[in-house]
Amino acid sequence: MNWNNILTVYVKELRDSLRDRRTLISMIVIPTVAMPGLFALIAFISFKVASEVAATPPTIMVLGGEDSPLVRGALLAHPKFKVVPAGDAFKQQISDKKLRAAVELPPGLDAALGRGESPGITVYNYDGEMRSGRAVQEVRTFFAAYAEKIVATRLAERGLAPAAIKPLTVKTENVAPPEKVGGNVIGGFIPYFFLILAFTGAMYPAMDLTAGEKERGTMETLLCSPVGRVDIVLGKFLMILTASLGTVVCSLISMGVTLTVGGTLLAQKIGAAGTAAAARNAERLNSMVTLDPVGMIGVLGMVLPMVVLFAAALFTISLFAKNYKEAQTYVSPLIIVILMPAMIGMLPGVELNWQLALVPVLNVSLASKELVSGVWHWDLLGIIFGSSCIYAGVALWLAVKMFNREDVIFRA
Amino acid sequence: MIEARNLTKTFRDKKRGEIRAADDISFRVSPGQIYGLLGANGAGKTTTLRMLATLLQPTGGSATVAGFDVAREPQKVRANVGFLAASTALYGRLTAREMIAYFGQLNGLADAEIRARTKRLADELDMHEFLDRRCDKFSTGMKQKTSIARTLIHDPAVMIFDEPTLGLDVMTARAIVKFVRECRNRGKTVIYSTHVMSEVEKLCDTIGVIHGGKLLGEGTLASLRASHGEQDMEEIFVKIVGTETSL
Repeated sequence: MNWNNILTVYVKELRDSLRDRRTLISMIVIPTVAMPGLFALIAFISFKVASEVAATPPTIMVLGGEDSPLVRGALLAHPKFKVVPAGDAFKQQISDKKLRAAVELPPGLDAALGRGESPGITVYNYDGEMRSGRAVQEVRTFFAAYAEKIVATRLAERGLAPAAIKPLTVKTENVAPPEKVGGNVIGGFIPYFFLILAFTGAMYPAMDLTAGEKERGTMETLLCSPVGRVDIVLGKFLMILTASLGTVVCSLISMGVTLTVGGTLLAQKIGAAGTAAAARNAERLNSMVTLDPVGMIGVLGMVLPMVVLFAAALFTISLFAKNYKEAQTYVSPLIIVILMPAMIGMLPGVELNWQLALVPVLNVSLASKELVSGVWHWDLLGIIFGSSCIYAGVALWLAVKMFNREDVIFRA
Repeated sequence: MIEARNLTKTFRDKKRGEIRAADDISFRVSPGQIYGLLGANGAGKTTTLRMLATLLQPTGGSATVAGFDVAREPQKVRANVGFLAASTALYGRLTAREMIAYFGQLNGLADAEIRARTKRLADELDMHEFLDRRCDKFSTGMKQKTSIARTLIHDPAVMIFDEPTLGLDVMTARAIVKFVRECRNRGKTVIYSTHVMSEVEKLCDTIGVIHGGKLLGEGTLASLRASHGEQDMEEIFVKIVGTETSL
């Protein structure tokens, strides 16, 4: 092994790749512009839709209740509803999204309440539809407040204090700093994005530097030089690793900026409403965008051997292909192999243990989720780092072995 | 100096079983001599030359190139060989200067030496006009000149040409042939494979006819003409390899 030769091959591959538009797009444009742009767009649309839903009173229909002017009157006068005249085809109207909910008041509702009974009210809605859900929520809030008033009256008639039916109040107080809260809320997504970006960042250069070179005939030219094959493999591998890490770093910076700036602006906008709920939502959003920097460094430390593994595995697989197109056929399905364990790691309830610490990708995904929320299981982290290094070493060794096989290099 | 002794290469093929791409090939090429390896497509020329350039490992036999054994000292062999083939392409995103410098660095030359040799080669091959342009925009002639400069940057003692004129126009092919002659004039050991009879007649001091992986005949053009009673190289070739249908 000659480090001068490795460096020579690496510098040439770096220069060559930086002149390639496709590498630049996958390494810089996608992580710095496309991904954060996509997230920002999704966040903007979600916020806009949510704001619109919150600002528009849901259209509801009140069925019956003509003999109960108290309840019906309160409902019709409530500012958070837009009540339309009753009609027969209310179910169809709800399905057609012309009506968000219909409230059916039973006959003699006022009288029943006056007698101290507990009559039932039916709300018709369309499950899974956001605006219909909001209408149901508003109806429930209205009737909960109405019921509370009736309870207070009934208790007063019996000479009882409100505390008689509410002997205990439970209050929660958050002790976790904002960055730990953020880690718990979006921590699962972070390694997922890192792993996907590390993989996609390595994918194009790996195919270009192996199968692409075989196809273009430059591999044979390179093999004519007196440089050892191990040196060529390591020089090329370092370039693939650089592209992968470059993608991760670019995405880290751009996503950090997007989350911090975008999240803060959004929180300010939400908080500007001035209500207690808005303040709570703004605080929650602020927590989500605040991440523990030490945890983030830990995540990078865990992702690093995984990136080496990706680079070496992609190199080996692409090298086997006789041309770029064949390499794409082999490499593209691998994204699913990476996505699946990374997605399992995002699922709530899947916890890191000794067995899962040995499963590549999933182990890093789970460990990263813990790290960003401030949990450091040093023993398991050691196993994950160690096993990832071993997997990466084996993949690199395979890459060298593959490069020395004549039937692979001269496969046509 | 190139010396091949019973050089053999076998491949395993799932459908056809064992294939002897080069079978017991022996020959010798001295400095200042051009050895022509003449054969049809699939005769075993490329396999033989790739073994000499250490791109492939011989299955049997041995060979020394510039005094180094191809199996035991492959890196030393490559340091003394310039290999030019139709299949050895250029990096399209590098300029001609960068391409030449890259191979100079891979051959362990210092930067100052690379600069000096690049200038000399650019003068000789009339490359200054396109030296700083990217190879992917080159004409075939420019590409060939750059490839030649790439093979010569480390001033190798041995030159291996594997069908270098394949697919080239007449003028570019003539330039290549001229360059091969110059290599001989500079005292280099040259081995040249082709299936073009006229090139062999024009260039080669010794001709080896290869067919089915075997070296079936060898000699100077004059001795081959005398021994086979034919003047035309094509007729001599057909006589050596047997019937025309065997091609």
